[in-house]
Amino acid sequence: MVGIRSYGGYVPRFRLNKMIIFGSMGWLNPANIMNAQGEKAVANFDEDAVTMASAAARDCTTGIDRSEVGGIYFATTTASYRERLCANLISGSLAISESVRTADFTGGLKAGTTALIAALDAAAAGSANNVIVTAADCRLGKMGSVQEFMFGDGAGAVMVGTDDVIAEYKGSFSTGHDFVDHMRGADTKYDRQWEERWIRDVGFGQFIPEAINGLCEKLGMAPGDFSKIIYPCYYGGARKAINKKMGFEAENVQDTMQAQIGDTGTAQSLLMFSRALEDAQPGDKLLLVSYGSGCDALAFEVTDAIKKFKPKMGVSGSLARRADLDNYLKYLVWRGMVPAELGLRSEEQRWTRWTLMWRSHKAILGLTGSKCTGCGEPQFPPQRICVNPKCGAVDESEPIVLSEKGGKIFSFTSDMLAATINPPSMYGVVNFNGGGRYVFDFTDCTIDDLAVGGPVEFSFRVKHRDDQHDITNYFWKAVPVVAEGA
Amino acid sequence: MAEGIRDKVVILGMGCTKFGERWESAPEDLAVEAFIECLEDAGIEKKDIEAAWLGSHIDEINIGKGGNFLGMALKLPLTPVTRTENFCASGTEAFRGACYGVASGAYDIALAQGVEKLKDTGYGGLPDSPAFGQMQAMIGPNASAPGLFAQLATAYSAKYNVPMEKIKEAMAHISWKSHQNGAKNPRAHLRKPIPIEQIMGAPMIAYPLGLFDCCGVSDGSACAIVTTPEIAKKMKPNQDLVSVKALQVSVSSGEEALFTDWDGAGMLTTRMAAKKAYKEAGIKNPREEISMMEVHDCFSITEFATMEDLQISAPGTAADDILAGFFDLDGQIPCQPDGGLKCFGHPIAASGLRMLFEMYNQLLGRWPEDRAVKDPKFGLTHNLGGVPNQNVCSIAIVGKN
Repeated sequence: MVGIRSYGGYVPRFRLNKMIIFGSMGWLNPANIMNAQGEKAVANFDEDAVTMASAAARDCTTGIDRSEVGGIYFATTTASYRERLCANLISGSLAISESVRTADFTGGLKAGTTALIAALDAAAAGSANNVIVTAADCRLGKMGSVQEFMFGDGAGAVMVGTDDVIAEYKGSFSTGHDFVDHMRGADTKYDRQWEERWIRDVGFGQFIPEAINGLCEKLGMAPGDFSKIIYPCYYGGARKAINKKMGFEAENVQDTMQAQIGDTGTAQSLLMFSRALEDAQPGDKLLLVSYGSGCDALAFEVTDAIKKFKPKMGVSGSLARRADLDNYLKYLVWRGMVPAELGLRSEEQRWTRWTLMWRSHKAILGLTGSKCTGCGEPQFPPQRICVNPKCGAVDESEPIVLSEKGGKIFSFTSDMLAATINPPSMYGVVNFNGGGRYVFDFTDCTIDDLAVGGPVEFSFRVKHRDDQHDITNYFWKAVPVVAEGA
Repeated sequence: MAEGIRDKVVILGMGCTKFGERWESAPEDLAVEAFIECLEDAGIEKKDIEAAWLGSHIDEINIGKGGNFLGMALKLPLTPVTRTENFCASGTEAFRGACYGVASGAYDIALAQGVEKLKDTGYGGLPDSPAFGQMQAMIGPNASAPGLFAQLATAYSAKYNVPMEKIKEAMAHISWKSHQNGAKNPRAHLRKPIPIEQIMGAPMIAYPLGLFDCCGVSDGSACAIVTTPEIAKKMKPNQDLVSVKALQVSVSSGEEALFTDWDGAGMLTTRMAAKKAYKEAGIKNPREEISMMEVHDCFSITEFATMEDLQISAPGTAADDILAGFFDLDGQIPCQPDGGLKCFGHPIAASGLRMLFEMYNQLLGRWPEDRAVKDPKFGLTHNLGGVPNQNVCSIAIVGKN
């Protein structure tokens, strides 16, 4: 049996109420009041599509031995690199074998499901098993644009395999249309969209039914056979029209989470799919459709194994972990949309030495340290000579992945002097649970969340940006575990 | 069994510039200013100097690498010059090199000089640089010196269950005291007494350190000429001599940064260097025997923790001693009688020699009464370079011969 083995999701912690945007930019286009309901999830200053996709991929390996992972397919239209395979950054963050298939899928927003079909086909063909498909986007609309209200940041992921399948794959149908409703040129930062009525009526209104009908015809099914229909469509009116046209009951159509997250682009279908799997029951028939430069439609049937898997966070867990971003200008500065003076200190050059990055890539991307086989003490970064003064064993260690260990705050500070786009810079010594310590940046928190002895988890983040050379560096940060609503 | 350095080397002369924002001065100007004073104090000629050690830390915006700077600035006649760089211990390392050169019998007279020009940086604080190498530059925290030292306070508070309010109060007293002392010192960078309330109410730089808990950075130079006791006695038969009693350096082993035994409430290196220095100097009870100290108060919390690391205050009691005025100029062991890094200033590699300059002049009774330490016997200097979990500590003890 080929199908979905596990699922996960990630929604960044910060949410920007759309009325805050409207309050600042409504003057430019008062009609945007129509788009100003709810909030959008926004990546923290140190998050991007790669880090969010990593988080979703980690989530979907909850309870699964990562040595089984057979590949990483990453889908996005907002990769941090045009040349440097981002899937390798994600596989590195999962500290999985490097003898696996890795690929980036990009271009149209349907790339997430196209990657999924590629993974399903590989599993069916027996050429790659347990491939994680993870999709994320962090798209930008210009200030005051419809897209600024429409877009949100997030990631969805599934693992595809032949064992312990929770949703059996039944088949797919794809279309590819050079229908340019949205576009970004090779060097363009902001989305540009054509007339909304055309997108709504011809784009969603025709292509989604076309894909669904194509799939049903291929599989000998009817649209009404599905217990849950998962498709992206920003426009409420168009959704109603599609539902009516296809005969879908509203309760069978998966919520887009538009008012909680926003349109997450390439991630949207997988994010909704992942959320749907949280509620799925054995026997449910799921219809997954994507949209953007054409459509993919996929059919799944949920198995009894669905009861055995639960992601650590899941989309709903991630959604519940929230904090208000009450400052629109801060969002603009984080995204590099308005210039902000960070001081001369911020202008000091920091070269990325690629030889070093390769030599130490397991430590940097995978938070892999060394564990002394003499005294058992974990240490990070890996040490040739054991740091335990009572041990001192030489070259007697094995690698240890520390990213999932969690830890406890040993000391901390909140620093107004260090140059950052998100002051104060918070950091401190963290003791890994089980031994070893390192000094980490803290993120997704305020100083009030920091206390000696407080628990942290680790999150793969953007560590450093070199704007001159357009280099984004990644490393792990510590996220204080705070009781939500506290 | 090695005997150590005690009483094998004496200081023949010293010099020190005014520290501060020396916008008008090139590093060469600073070096010459301190050197000429030192040469006159020593009563020798330049050609008598057989070897020199030059301390400088931030080479990128300062004097560059190597020993050439000193040879060329002072026009030393093709004299050996060795540059020492060991974070904030760089100046004391230069002094150590000169002392060992003399003590070994290789040279009769040697020069140690520290020079640091930091105010060409363009911004406050130390210049951002990959001080711990490229790997840490890639993965280390987005930190500044105050934030890295500030963590001593959070770890100390947790370890000894001393409330942060009390630590803040003691830190404020430290800064208040240094400003009191610095105000009296014409060579100090900052010469204004600051009321406790202003210190306590200052803006936060790195929790829990406020503005007055942080020393600034300065330009400056200080130097010493050292020789053997025999030569010094011949040259200065009618003067007290200041003798080197101990010189110790301790460098982090990684156990603070990477192993979980370290308590984070003080510096292992200082504890080790102090232990060895007291032994080398023949000091049994430092709280009773040390007369005065110049310690590394880059931040008030560093001085706070150092009082325990040096075995002056018992573990967990530094705040009580500090608040009782034990380290004030009229206290039992005046600490930072010249204003310390906080007010005298901190041109990194000049600081160790500046501290020795203060001890030297106090021991010789050269300062006016309002800032003189009464009847000093042993003076201790202490530098801590790097950050609490990976650092270099140097300690020197000097006393009358």
